[in-house]
Amino acid sequence: MGSGVKAMNSAALTIQNLSFAYGNKLALDQVNITVNSGECTLLLGPNGAGKSTLFSLITRLYDSHHGRISLAGFDIKKQSTQALARLGVVFQQTTLDMDLSVIQNLRYHCALHGLSRKTAASRIQEELERLNMFERRFESVRQLNGGHRRRVEIARALLHKPSLLLLDEPTVGLDIPSRQAIVDYVHQLAVDSNIAVLWASHLTDEIYPQDRLVILHKGIIRAQGSVEEVLQITSADTVNKAFYALTQGEAS
Amino acid sequence: MRLLHFWRAMWGIIWRELWRFLKQKERFVSALVRPLIWLFVFAAGFRSALGIAISPPYETYILYEVYITPGLIGMIQLFNGMQSSLSMVYDREMGSMRILMVSPLPRWFLLTSKLIAGTAVSVLQVYVFLLIAWFYEIEAPLEGYLWVLPALLMAGMMLGALGLLLSSFIRQLENFAGVMNFVIFPLFFLSTALYPLWKLKESSELLHTLAYYNPFSQAVELIRFALYGQFNLEAFIYVSVAFVIFMIAAIFGYNPSKGMMTRKGGA
Repeated sequence: MGSGVKAMNSAALTIQNLSFAYGNKLALDQVNITVNSGECTLLLGPNGAGKSTLFSLITRLYDSHHGRISLAGFDIKKQSTQALARLGVVFQQTTLDMDLSVIQNLRYHCALHGLSRKTAASRIQEELERLNMFERRFESVRQLNGGHRRRVEIARALLHKPSLLLLDEPTVGLDIPSRQAIVDYVHQLAVDSNIAVLWASHLTDEIYPQDRLVILHKGIIRAQGSVEEVLQITSADTVNKAFYALTQGEAS
Repeated sequence: MRLLHFWRAMWGIIWRELWRFLKQKERFVSALVRPLIWLFVFAAGFRSALGIAISPPYETYILYEVYITPGLIGMIQLFNGMQSSLSMVYDREMGSMRILMVSPLPRWFLLTSKLIAGTAVSVLQVYVFLLIAWFYEIEAPLEGYLWVLPALLMAGMMLGALGLLLSSFIRQLENFAGVMNFVIFPLFFLSTALYPLWKLKESSELLHTLAYYNPFSQAVELIRFALYGQFNLEAFIYVSVAFVIFMIAAIFGYNPSKGMMTRKGGA
């Protein structure tokens, strides 16, 4: 499955010199990001920083951009189907079908990824069990609360065993326990499954000490690296302060 | 392997659409009530006002109800095509369109599958409508019910492609009211659904020309002839060409680098 190309690049996601404009308004300016397998990278930025634009480009909702995005070694423009096959996404708004049950939603996803019924059934069981949702598989999505819907979406994003999991502010609107559960689960997942995670957030308490950070503001990357490195750059003692210095501080 | 993937994905998309339709009972009922009101009320009222002379494919004098049945079938498919467009706008807002678009398949294939799925739903509606009409003694020859199937598929695909094309231009849900006023009504009333072409010609040459070139008229005629076991070549060619044009434009509209998506994102 294109392992030759993949072997050349150990990074799950490489973004090189990416720029994108809406008309005359530059939304992303010369962005470079690398996300490695087994790592959780948090993309932090205030509203309007360009996070959603970046995600729309990675998921190919738009693609008239300058620069290069490659996923598991596949160029997102030139080898889009191979690249998309390696991508699991949890969008900010829920994208589940409310009229269908949990399992129907997941089967639909498996069909889109071309999995056989048998493989689909075992993967669905595996992912739902990991999230303690297997018993609820026949329930209609409409009956689930926000936290449980999110879990189903995470399970769904993993069914085709992606190299990169993209999460666009997945904890927005959730209560604290549900949020914590998802933050813990995803961090554990990166390590256990050796998957690369790119997580967009504006909540600094979702960061673990071992995470990598990318701080985006007004379409420009202000800082990038391990938590320690980012703290050093800003000479701050907490990520909160570093974030403030790099975003609000910048404007003044 | 790749073919199997295509097949599974297409089946998944069709299955989802049918299931959703069956779950949304109000949608099913309203899809049927609309043409049935036209049939039972409007057509019955106009029965005496409008005399329909013998014209192909009919071989005898027919009741007005019989005449407008193919038109109402077209209406079911027209509404369904536009409604799928509505659901695409809705899907895009709700994000399930994004899930479809990030799946590892070419966009033209995903859109075509979506179209086939929408057509399958409309064919289901049409057969239920035909069954009710049959109890109302609007009967076509038995083999007509079989012959009409390919015509329904073609008409459904063409009208669905039109809906798809519109959905790539429509920004918001509210604009569906605009679609009703500016697309559904003109297409329906300026067609052979309610009155034959020669009748229109008697009243206005312009209306006659417009109705003749209306792709919806041609879809209705294709269905009308098929229902009586006859093949209308002219309508067939017309519907095919219209389908290809609408489909290419729709795929273009959904192309991330060339189409509307970028501009929409900017708004």
